[in-house]
Amino acid sequence: MVILGIDVGGTHTDAVLIENFRVKKKAKVLTNERDLLDSLWKVTDDLLKEENPERLERVVLSTTISTNAIAQGKTDRVGMILVSGPGLSPSLLRINEDCHFISGYVNHRGMEIAGIDRDNVSRIGERFQRDGIDHCSIVGKFSTRNPHQEIEIHEIIATHVRHVSLGHRMSGHLNFPRRIATTFLNEAIREIYSNFVKQVSNLMHLRNISIPIYILKADGGTIDIAQSCEFPVQTILSGPAASIMGILSMVERRDDAIALDIGGTTTDIAVFAEGVPLLEAVGVTIFGHRTLVRGLRIRSIGVGGDSRVRCEDGGIVIGPEREGPAAAFGGPFPTPTDAMIVLSLTSIGERGRAKGALLPIALKMQCSVEEVAKTIFEQTCEKIASAVLDEMEAINNRPVYTIHEILEDRRLEPKILYVVGGPARPMAFRLGEMLGCPVYIPEHAEVANAIGAALARTTAEMAILADTEQGTLTIGEEGDRIAIPPRFTREDAIRIAKEKLRGRAIKMGAKEEDMAIEVTEDQEFNMVRGFYTTGKNIRVRVQVKPGLIASLRT
Amino acid sequence: MLKKERKTGLIFFPAFDWAISPTHPEREERLLYTQDQVFEEGLLDFDNIIEFKPGVAVDDDINRVHICVPDTRSVITESHLISAGGAITAAEKVMKGEVDNAFALVRPPGHHAMLVVHGARGFCNVNIEAIMIEYIRKHYGPQRVAIIDTDCHHGDGTQDIYWNDPNTLCISIHQDGTTLYPGTGFHREFGGPNALGATINIPLPPRTSDEGFLYILDHVILPILDEFKPDLVINSAGQDNHYSDPITDMRFTAQGYALLNDRLSPHIAVLEGGYSIEKALPYVNVGIILAMAGLDYSNVREPDYDPLTIRQSDEISRYVEKEAAEIYTLWGKRDLMREKLIGNAEYVRRKKPIYYDTDGISEQQEETVRVCNDCGGIVTIDSAADTGNRIFAVIIPGQSCPACRAKGEEIYTSTGKDKYNYVYLQDRERDIFLVK
Ligand SMILES: [Zn+2]
Ligand SMILES: [Zn+2]
Ligand SMILES: [Zn+2]
Repeated sequence: MVILGIDVGGTHTDAVLIENFRVKKKAKVLTNERDLLDSLWKVTDDLLKEENPERLERVVLSTTISTNAIAQGKTDRVGMILVSGPGLSPSLLRINEDCHFISGYVNHRGMEIAGIDRDNVSRIGERFQRDGIDHCSIVGKFSTRNPHQEIEIHEIIATHVRHVSLGHRMSGHLNFPRRIATTFLNEAIREIYSNFVKQVSNLMHLRNISIPIYILKADGGTIDIAQSCEFPVQTILSGPAASIMGILSMVERRDDAIALDIGGTTTDIAVFAEGVPLLEAVGVTIFGHRTLVRGLRIRSIGVGGDSRVRCEDGGIVIGPEREGPAAAFGGPFPTPTDAMIVLSLTSIGERGRAKGALLPIALKMQCSVEEVAKTIFEQTCEKIASAVLDEMEAINNRPVYTIHEILEDRRLEPKILYVVGGPARPMAFRLGEMLGCPVYIPEHAEVANAIGAALARTTAEMAILADTEQGTLTIGEEGDRIAIPPRFTREDAIRIAKEKLRGRAIKMGAKEEDMAIEVTEDQEFNMVRGFYTTGKNIRVRVQVKPGLIASLRT
Repeated sequence: MLKKERKTGLIFFPAFDWAISPTHPEREERLLYTQDQVFEEGLLDFDNIIEFKPGVAVDDDINRVHICVPDTRSVITESHLISAGGAITAAEKVMKGEVDNAFALVRPPGHHAMLVVHGARGFCNVNIEAIMIEYIRKHYGPQRVAIIDTDCHHGDGTQDIYWNDPNTLCISIHQDGTTLYPGTGFHREFGGPNALGATINIPLPPRTSDEGFLYILDHVILPILDEFKPDLVINSAGQDNHYSDPITDMRFTAQGYALLNDRLSPHIAVLEGGYSIEKALPYVNVGIILAMAGLDYSNVREPDYDPLTIRQSDEISRYVEKEAAEIYTLWGKRDLMREKLIGNAEYVRRKKPIYYDTDGISEQQEETVRVCNDCGGIVTIDSAADTGNRIFAVIIPGQSCPACRAKGEEIYTSTGKDKYNYVYLQDRERDIFLVK
């Protein structure tokens, strides 16, 4: 089995060719930010030069296209139609200039309390058309509990705009402001993303590659590239996820662990619980937008090998900005990498330049260049170590809602520290000392991201709410609301959830054998009105958890 | 609406695996829809609203407040330790200055739990506010505390615990005791001899609406707080005054609760009762959280809200105005009343029957207080329950004077076990709890 994994990152585009779960070839080129496809061409050509494309079974791509589109504001104008009902004031929900709040309300049980004003929706549609807005997002409060009003609005507005994103399709989780942000972003990047996908498909076609192509999502799972066009927002922040999945593929232990990816500008911190990377409870945050996008829980801090080092008030300040490469590579300012070069922890770059860059600080602080280098190095490690400790603290203090969970009080205690990224080798040992953990640097650490993409499995999630008093079963993300008999049980709910999840995962490109389905939420409440039990409120959530189709062999 | 945002701590603990019984109002489902609403409104994403995991209270925290018969473990479950622990976490975050205020949205509730505990009454086993307040005093020094109980039922447990404490002001606003459990909470219940006026009861007629509650707040509660000058204001935030509550008969709304909370601006709010789990709690709690955080709550209302159908009658309005005036006058005369009440007495006694409706236990109690001008006075309690337990307890108050302390220690030492199954000493000042 031959797999091509590519990670188009902000600075580099990395690629690996994996044969029978061993790395056969690696390639790294600088990313051409103005033309991501150009970088893709280059690495693909590089790796497939002497290969028979027919032997290729799978291509997985992790790309910054969505993240960049949002960062650089290369997004489309989106008309928003929001059914907000009572609660937070619309002033707290307005996400852009084109927000229209309309009447209507669905309550927490999915009951329609107030209908929508259909004439108003028509008028808004006409206005969008007049203003040249051809992307529209429709989001209702509690639409995951009953998508009917969103669908009704879509039917009215369909002829006025080119494309529509519906809130209930984004996630099964409750959180109206996040649903608004997610649906907005999904529609805002759709055009640029679909164009990218079209070009990638053409490119692969030209290379005679006709096997399935997958895209990596923020949760470290894959989705078939054609399917991803409806949900481009799922692909934001897939870069950091790629590295974490790469680390996962290169380690054997299944303990609680910390994974660090130390880059030029930032360091990403992820945590594994018994070998499984933790997910964000609700969704990832991107450039201040809190979303419902399922994603790995990754904390990013502004410290990296190329962070600018300054001397301020007699002390050393590291980062958070990066102003170019290390001085040893011709950069304008001293960096932690320069300090590591001076300390002979690494033999890259021009040592003379690194020393020269640290000299002004040494003079100012009245100490030797070596002493300055030592301080910078220590402080850099300390910053990262303390961020790791903060993250562990935050994870171990996550709120729980049952007595059982409080009393059980399962605390994560990392047994090992995995480090990848440029400065991994010079820094890992000291970081391990500071955190009281043995350290491990995987063999192909420099292309962990591409390996992670190559080996990630397809992931999906499904939430089901059964309300036997109303006799309804709702699967928000699928837009389903169907009748159930009064004797419907939790076992029925779990069975249906698993079936539906399987169907969804297959549609997303999953293989039957890679589908480890687990139940992540399983609750049942007696609904009592007066003094009689009138029904059951059953809540089930299942997922294909983030993982690998197979680990890398060494 | 431009307001100053405040940093608000939220301790949310719905105890999804605990119920008194499967169909009891105090069951797993109670905060389910509140959780849905809080999550869907995205309240936990506001930078100034921070969720904390509840701590777990320990036996010492309970023994500082209650005399549990025979001991704490016999009258509580883990759920009570977490509920009290949640309130304590809220207090810690406020006292340490991590947040400006905090809301312990926890269950089970506690305001019907009295000083002596033979079992559960009014769905309550231990008093989570009192446990929290004594924890604060132990760890952060003596504090003048005001508790405003906005639950629809009289906060009789809290009143009982602080009956003799001049440094804790207990104001309970509730549906008239002639029409609702527990049948107490009248004007004449005004505090013990050394703490007259530190207990204030404001019974309101059935069908009182927002207008009446807010009138009481503005004309009685806020002026009294101004004079009492508490270091801490606690809201016992029961939500059964809501017009849709199935076990009460008032007409308060989510908007009313939010307005009240905003004007009262408590340091800590602790959830008490409230059993309209679908139609009230989700909206009331969202309103309270927004109000505490200084965010716009003007759009919070129940889906079936109709101000016309729940307006209070003119008769009620007149009654509430009259009542407000009476209570405020009474408060002004508290020192005069004390002189009249005590006369030359050295000790003041009260006898009371207590019924534990949840557990079906009856108790006869005699409480004796040493009249003292320098502290809350020594309290002794002789209590017999139909479980067969008869106990005697000596309570030395916080900031006790030397005379009271000496007297209390002497009584404890000299009381034998011939008549009693257990004899207890609760020294609130030195945080000592002894049993023999
Ligand atoms: Zn009350
Ligand atoms: Zn109550
Ligand atoms: Zn005294």
